[in-house]
Amino acid sequence: MKKFTNSGNIDTRSGFGAGMDELGKTHEDVVALCADLTGSLKLNDFEKNHPERFFQTGIAEANMIGMAAGMTIGGKIPYATTFANFATGRVYDQIRQSVAYSGKNVKICASHAGLTLGEDGATHQILEDIGLMKMLPGMTVINPCDFNQTKAATIAIADYDGPVYLRFGRPSVPNFTEKDGKFEIGKALHLVDGSDVTIIATGHLVWHALEAAEQLEEKGISAEVINIHTIKPLDEEAILNSVKKTRCVVTCEEHNYLGGLGESVAGVLAKNDPVYQEFIATNDTFGESGTPAELMEKYGLNTKSIVEAVNRVLAKK
Amino acid sequence: MPNIKELEDFVSQVRRDIVRQVHQVSSGHPGGSLGCTEFFVALYQEVMKRKEGFDMDGKGEDLFFLSNGHISPVFYSVLARSGYFPVDELNTFRKIDSRLQGHPTTHEGLPGIRVASGSLGQGLSVALGAAQTKKLNGDDNLVYSLHGDGELQEGQNWEAIMYAAANKVDNIIATVDLNGQQIDGSTDDVLNMGSVRAKFEAFGWDVLDIEKGNDMAAILEGLKEAKSRTGKGKPVCILLHTIMGNGVDFMMYTHAWHGKAPNDEQLEKALAQNPETLGDY
Repeated sequence: MKKFTNSGNIDTRSGFGAGMDELGKTHEDVVALCADLTGSLKLNDFEKNHPERFFQTGIAEANMIGMAAGMTIGGKIPYATTFANFATGRVYDQIRQSVAYSGKNVKICASHAGLTLGEDGATHQILEDIGLMKMLPGMTVINPCDFNQTKAATIAIADYDGPVYLRFGRPSVPNFTEKDGKFEIGKALHLVDGSDVTIIATGHLVWHALEAAEQLEEKGISAEVINIHTIKPLDEEAILNSVKKTRCVVTCEEHNYLGGLGESVAGVLAKNDPVYQEFIATNDTFGESGTPAELMEKYGLNTKSIVEAVNRVLAKK
Repeated sequence: MPNIKELEDFVSQVRRDIVRQVHQVSSGHPGGSLGCTEFFVALYQEVMKRKEGFDMDGKGEDLFFLSNGHISPVFYSVLARSGYFPVDELNTFRKIDSRLQGHPTTHEGLPGIRVASGSLGQGLSVALGAAQTKKLNGDDNLVYSLHGDGELQEGQNWEAIMYAAANKVDNIIATVDLNGQQIDGSTDDVLNMGSVRAKFEAFGWDVLDIEKGNDMAAILEGLKEAKSRTGKGKPVCILLHTIMGNGVDFMMYTHAWHGKAPNDEQLEKALAQNPETLGDY
């Protein structure tokens, strides 16, 4: 199978920061808003280099989202940034009315998503944000898998006219996608060819899916791996084409199974080509404190869990 | 000099439009709409610098944001009669497939609307964002916004009020419709806010009162004064003291007509008090 090389562990939020630095130079209409988390969002350089385009809103996320909506009027492209929990659940109605329903070109960029923010615990570990955001009509939902892809996505969404939710995280994770690669919103990436099972992963779980495919190959199981960085709009064609061949699916995400990628994939399959599916996701639960690795192990979101899920789904096929 | 008589005639027609819109569909919000009619007419017919047609970005002109979106009947009437869309379209208010949704929205592409409102407390933040973009664009025109007084109970307002003063957003004039009423009763009874003036001032705003908020001359004077206070490092707030339901005697001084439409007989009474001046739709 095709091998991917980790060029070094690094956090996806730094990919966001690198993307913003690039946009600072190339897109003069891009402005950044931040609710007292400039360092955590890796926006220090953007703030330093473009102080007039950086808006510190204080710990006031509702106002930040509303301001971002207003700033589009007159042609700015606002990137409204904070932790994923405060960027979605806390300000859902502001996003719904002032951004989504109003069709505003706001980019909601959220770090520290999922369990892997670690020790801060469940108050900060949102596992419902993909569901919240994908339910909003007109909202694009993107969850890139590594530094390079997060940087590329950050840059790509500036040229897309419409509201976007961009989700990334805190831990250092393998960086394995192409440097300065092209990012196409809504286009799944076919990483590994396989014929026995389709593993569809998003975000931090993509690397684990690749590791799982390698382990499965050693046992003679041929796994196809698809990186779904855009959960909405979903690349239905890529999913259906793969399933036509493999006849079973494992979906992988750092999110609740309710409302997540797995649910979106299940919807596509139920309508077009029903096959068995296993869900690597949290099971309708809150998170807790711990190291990222401990949490991913405890909640079943790692390479080992994916291999087990593949075995379960193959047994049903 | 503005012709007060002409503006008052305009007001009379807008009041007719308000009660006719809500009567036709037996729903909508006439009370707050009537209370702010003079203010809307003053803004759109006299005060705001507006360009021909409608362009979402609104560069080179003043902008207006309605935060308390439920008073859509007055907004729609004044927009239509200021040339943003055909006056006849008021006939479609709150009906299926209409651009005139119950609460204003950009979603159906109605000219004159720049953001959806209805869920309360969001408009000031949006207006602030637009004001900041005007500054970035070197556009020295102003941003106006209107808010209900009951709406100030929403916490987001105070985030925005704090931000605006701290960041010297001095190209905005936010008006609060102080009619003292909300759905469940008087604002004092439902959730007493104390002195709104003292609160805005404590947050660092420049505040002025328009005591006669239904008097055209007083409104024009107040808006002129407010405008003269912009560009001086502080956001400007107008406390507009209005009478809910103004211009229709049986709707005045009560919250009963916040979200209630008149019946046939009540409509006739209301229309009899407000002569047709520009032609009914």
